[in-house]
Amino acid sequence: MTEFVMPQLGADMSAGKLLGWRKNVGESVRRGDIIADVETDKADIEIEVFTSGVIEKILVQPGEKVPVGTVLAIIRQEGEAAKAEAPLAPKAVPSEAAPAKPVAPVLPPRPAVTPSEPGRVHASPVAKKLAAELGIDLASLAGTGPGGRITLEDVQKAAQARAPQPAPTPELDRRARMRQAIAAAMARSKREIPHYYLSTAIDMSRVMAWLTQENLKRSVEDRLVYGVLLVKAVALALHDVPELNSVWSAGKAVQLTDIHVGAAISLRGGGLIAPALHNTDRQSLDELMKNFRDLVQRARAGSLRSSELSDPTITVTSLGEQGVEAVFGIIYPPQVALVGFGKITERPWSSGGQIVSRPVLTATLSGDHRVTDGHRGGLFLAAIDRILQEPEKL
Amino acid sequence: MTYREAARAAIRKALREDPRVFLMGEDVGGYGGAFAVSLGLLEEFGPERIRDAPLSESAFVGAGIGAALGGMRPIVEIMTVNFSMLAMDQILNNAATLRHMSGGQFNVPLVVRVATGGGRQMAAQHSHSLEGWYAHIPGIKVLTPATAADAYGMLLAALHEPDPVFIFEHATLYPLEGEVDEAAQLIDIVHASVTRKGKDVTLITYGGTLGKTMQAADRLAQEGIEAEVIDLRSLRPLDTPTILASVAKTHRAIVVDEGWRTGSFSAEISAQIVENAFDDLDAPVARVCSAEVPMPYAKHLETAALPKVEEIVSAAREMISRHD
Repeated sequence: MTEFVMPQLGADMSAGKLLGWRKNVGESVRRGDIIADVETDKADIEIEVFTSGVIEKILVQPGEKVPVGTVLAIIRQEGEAAKAEAPLAPKAVPSEAAPAKPVAPVLPPRPAVTPSEPGRVHASPVAKKLAAELGIDLASLAGTGPGGRITLEDVQKAAQARAPQPAPTPELDRRARMRQAIAAAMARSKREIPHYYLSTAIDMSRVMAWLTQENLKRSVEDRLVYGVLLVKAVALALHDVPELNSVWSAGKAVQLTDIHVGAAISLRGGGLIAPALHNTDRQSLDELMKNFRDLVQRARAGSLRSSELSDPTITVTSLGEQGVEAVFGIIYPPQVALVGFGKITERPWSSGGQIVSRPVLTATLSGDHRVTDGHRGGLFLAAIDRILQEPEKL
Repeated sequence: MTYREAARAAIRKALREDPRVFLMGEDVGGYGGAFAVSLGLLEEFGPERIRDAPLSESAFVGAGIGAALGGMRPIVEIMTVNFSMLAMDQILNNAATLRHMSGGQFNVPLVVRVATGGGRQMAAQHSHSLEGWYAHIPGIKVLTPATAADAYGMLLAALHEPDPVFIFEHATLYPLEGEVDEAAQLIDIVHASVTRKGKDVTLITYGGTLGKTMQAADRLAQEGIEAEVIDLRSLRPLDTPTILASVAKTHRAIVVDEGWRTGSFSAEISAQIVENAFDDLDAPVARVCSAEVPMPYAKHLETAALPKVEEIVSAAREMISRHD
């Protein structure tokens, strides 16, 4: 048996609210399936499972908010025997002939109820209507109707039980909570992580020339943006300095094999999120472009997957579009490094004894000094520079 | 007087007051009708107006349509709904359509009385409740008197209608006693009646199951559940506003219908409620119908197949009781 727990989707998450199940008890699940939806302070996240098997038991119901690590469900792994059913109770033997009882009327068999989509609150229409009018969250009520359906009476009782208060608009609520979550994570980072900062200017003329040529060959929708090249360069540079691809866990650095670059995405209405582009170093530029577009769209729609939030091994943040020249970022724990890119500007550049004008980009590294030193960090930035001088190899 | 006597009194009154009225059907004359509704009328009005028809529903319903087109006010008795299938073409393709097909030049003021329903050990060929099929047809009215007063009043009102009216008399109702005001004006035949007031659940029924439904409401009252009972009276037109008003009050509805569940008239009522009162509902609409089997002959099996008071009570109890 495997316990499926409330995942920690980032350092700033202490608890999550289960929005609903996408699988029911008895249904089989495969590694990578999305089986639940969880609301965090930042977003509604699709939760994947990392075990293949059959859902044996569901322990947390939609609407419940539970701490990270709480067991949500038990999954029976493939090949594991089903839990033995409780033995049937022996039939009671009447001590003497019981008097004939009136036979209960036999109701016609009902058609089997199709399990409705998980996460759906079972409430009668009139209960829903009243709850909406009164601003009562149906998910917070326990239904007393057949099958646990929330009835009109349940809503009326809930309304009596609490003084009517205006429901906070969920959007504002989410925004405020996201700010709190970012505050907690960043404060923790600055409190615990001894940051060092390095910065280097990179000549982007080769990259931009190559990109212009490359995009001429492409249809509009397939064109690449230079940000994707930067992300790929970061991922490849980690091959040179793999200790930056680590997490700080239980007092020491744990170096990771897979490289999942988290791309910082600002959200409409404020806040940001940095979900993973999985195996960034092994994706082609086209794949990265496609996946990055998808990630931005889903981040803004609030439909990210759990692994995308929990997997990043390093974060890249680009603020060039805002006109920023250099970014000195705060590391997102438990990661140990963050790479910042500013905007590309035409600058005087000395090359072969000549002063020429070149498009220049400032790349910065925020490093965790517990894990790496400035020497290694410098090599890393140099590797990024070197890689970007050969854009055709990206 | 009994439901049977009420129907007879209405026919007699119509025959006396309107020379265009005549009664036609199988055994309505010498035999006095299969259910003795027309007993004594042949002696009183003679064979010109109490006409025994040959054993062909299609022929005598067609003759009735022709007579109505010709200016008469025929009352056609089809012995039971079970045999009315033989006249279905006349009903569906002629009676119901001629006004429309003639651009309003011809109307068919025909009244057809039909005995319906089971419960009398008449087995699988003589126990149908098919009034729901007729209610499907635009162009006719379908009435289901459940009381002696309606058996009397509806027939007289039907004779004043310009279009075909089908009156389904549940055969178990004929001995039922009830008060009839023979001096009353023409009654309303398009509205349902709220037979019992209540606030917890609406029981909707018509015809032969009104009695069982009222008994169920009595039983529920002993348990503290106040059921409102609606007697539809007319299936076409259907008085949807009365149903919706009641559901808006009780938030729960159970339809009791002796027809088979699948494709039954109860399904139509359920659909109307869900379409028009969805946000008023606190529970899915429930139905108590006949078992989906050819009607058994054996008494205990027939009883088991028909809607039962206990089923109505259980359905209401299940719907209302808390399931903590």
